[in-house]
Amino acid sequence: MSESLTQVFAPPKSLAPGPMHFCPGCTHGIILRLVAEVIDELGVRDRTVGISPVGCAVFAYDYFDFDVVEAAHGRAPAVATGVKRALPGSFVFTYQGDGDLAAIGTAEIIHAAARSEQISVVFVNNAIFGMTGGQMAPTTLVGQDTTTTSGGRKLLEAGNPLRVCELLATLDGPSYVARVTVTSPAHVRKAKQALRKSFECQVKGQGFSLVEILSTCPSCWHLSPLDALAWLEEKMIPHYPLGEFVLRCG
Amino acid sequence: MKGNEALVHGAIAAGCKCYFGYPITPQNEVPEYMSQLLPKVGGVFVQAESELAAINMVYGAAAAGVRAMTSSSSPGISLMQEGISYMVGAELPGVIVNVVRGGPGLGGIAAAQSDYFQAVKGGGHGDYRTPVLAPWSVQEMHDLMGDAFDIADRYRVPVVVLADAVLGQMMEPMIINDHPIATSPPKPWATNGARNRPKNIINSLYIDPDVLERVNLRIAARFREATEREVRWEAFCTEDADLVLVAYGTAARVSWTAMEMARAAGLRVGLLRPITLSPFPAPALAKLAARVTGFLVVELSLGQMIEDVRLAVEGRVPVSFFGRTGGVVCTPAEVFARIRELL
Repeated sequence: MSESLTQVFAPPKSLAPGPMHFCPGCTHGIILRLVAEVIDELGVRDRTVGISPVGCAVFAYDYFDFDVVEAAHGRAPAVATGVKRALPGSFVFTYQGDGDLAAIGTAEIIHAAARSEQISVVFVNNAIFGMTGGQMAPTTLVGQDTTTTSGGRKLLEAGNPLRVCELLATLDGPSYVARVTVTSPAHVRKAKQALRKSFECQVKGQGFSLVEILSTCPSCWHLSPLDALAWLEEKMIPHYPLGEFVLRCG
Repeated sequence: MKGNEALVHGAIAAGCKCYFGYPITPQNEVPEYMSQLLPKVGGVFVQAESELAAINMVYGAAAAGVRAMTSSSSPGISLMQEGISYMVGAELPGVIVNVVRGGPGLGGIAAAQSDYFQAVKGGGHGDYRTPVLAPWSVQEMHDLMGDAFDIADRYRVPVVVLADAVLGQMMEPMIINDHPIATSPPKPWATNGARNRPKNIINSLYIDPDVLERVNLRIAARFREATEREVRWEAFCTEDADLVLVAYGTAARVSWTAMEMARAAGLRVGLLRPITLSPFPAPALAKLAARVTGFLVVELSLGQMIEDVRLAVEGRVPVSFFGRTGGVVCTPAEVFARIRELL
């Protein structure tokens, strides 16, 4: 009987077996899996060095089954630069949240992009500091309630949310910059296509790329998983439009 | 050759393959020479966007298993403390050169030794120490780079080379040996691609206090081993000395001349020059404390190394101090005058 069965679906080799710690309804798990699938499909697992961030994805080094370096908060693009320059044949990507990349790590991401470092950046934007309990991030929407913007982020007090893709698109350095989300199977497929473009860009030696993935944080948004998906689509996408902002690779 | 230039030659001879830095006076010759020389030996030079980025690039290259370094001067080294702490926590080797200038704040650009505490006592957050080497000549600016990389790899720890503006800018004749370029030892822990082996992780996060304590004890045990095997100093005329000067780097050069002046005046003065500030040559000082009448610590600061001298001497004889701060380099005559007061 078993001899006639063919396995048509399996977990990616680049993902270590075992549970993840993410909250119910958080989309980090989907994104980590997509990253692992694309690395498997490109056949680069044994020369991959991932850079995990500080934040909810800090334990990415446990979830992936390839070499991972844990970086200080915001410094992942600099660490990735060090790895890639030391080992030009390696495949190097950072996995960073919005607090990590768009606040404390702004200088590092902009200059890695400007240098067109041969790295890929997976930027997970959930508009909040999740790991520390729901404080305002640079990406928090105006009016969004957080533990440090009680009653909603006020423009004059706390400023405007940062649009990273649009910012990087003003530079000549990046080869591919795109924003996607994973709120539906269709979006998951598109997100995977964007990651594949980004990773292929590096494999072909075509320079810096970044894929921003709008992600949910039901725990800190105080929403159910389903309501969080709806909130992302209704509130976040209008401010963070999906699409490709830079396409200079292929 | 200038001290800053000598250290570049020393680093390349030691097999340094990656340099990441950011301009700051008085060490700018280091990135300038590195940018020209390193690519010629198959190395990589990157001018980083900040000292924060530079030290984290060192962190990445070190994680990849390659000999990597950075250099800066005092304010820039303050910015690097985050990365140095992470390197210690992640057990990564690397070399950080501090061509010290006066502080605090933006301070000045003249030679100082006011970063001793920062270099020797840890510097960044957490429960750690790093080895610290203190050259006193252009020759040693060259030679100690090889020792720094070897110690870094041997104990999986970042090593600080504590120079100063005089040593960086001074020109002296020196000998470049013809040794072949060194190679780093095998690093099976490096994150260089999980090819035919289980994955490697470079990390300094340990949520469980018991686990973090074990890691800290492991790192401390390696430092203890370095304390036994790597401690280095140089002694001049200490055999018959009543008073022993204790100084490192540029202050040791000034003190050496002051010692010569004192000897010419018939005073029995010696000099002990720590070459490793960390581990500190405490046993050598303790041994001297049993028979000298006192020590005079000379520093280009308000007195930092003197605390370690006092800990080593344990109150057996008086430990006096002479220092200038803010980038003022004391003269041999000033030190000699202080010797006169004590003898």
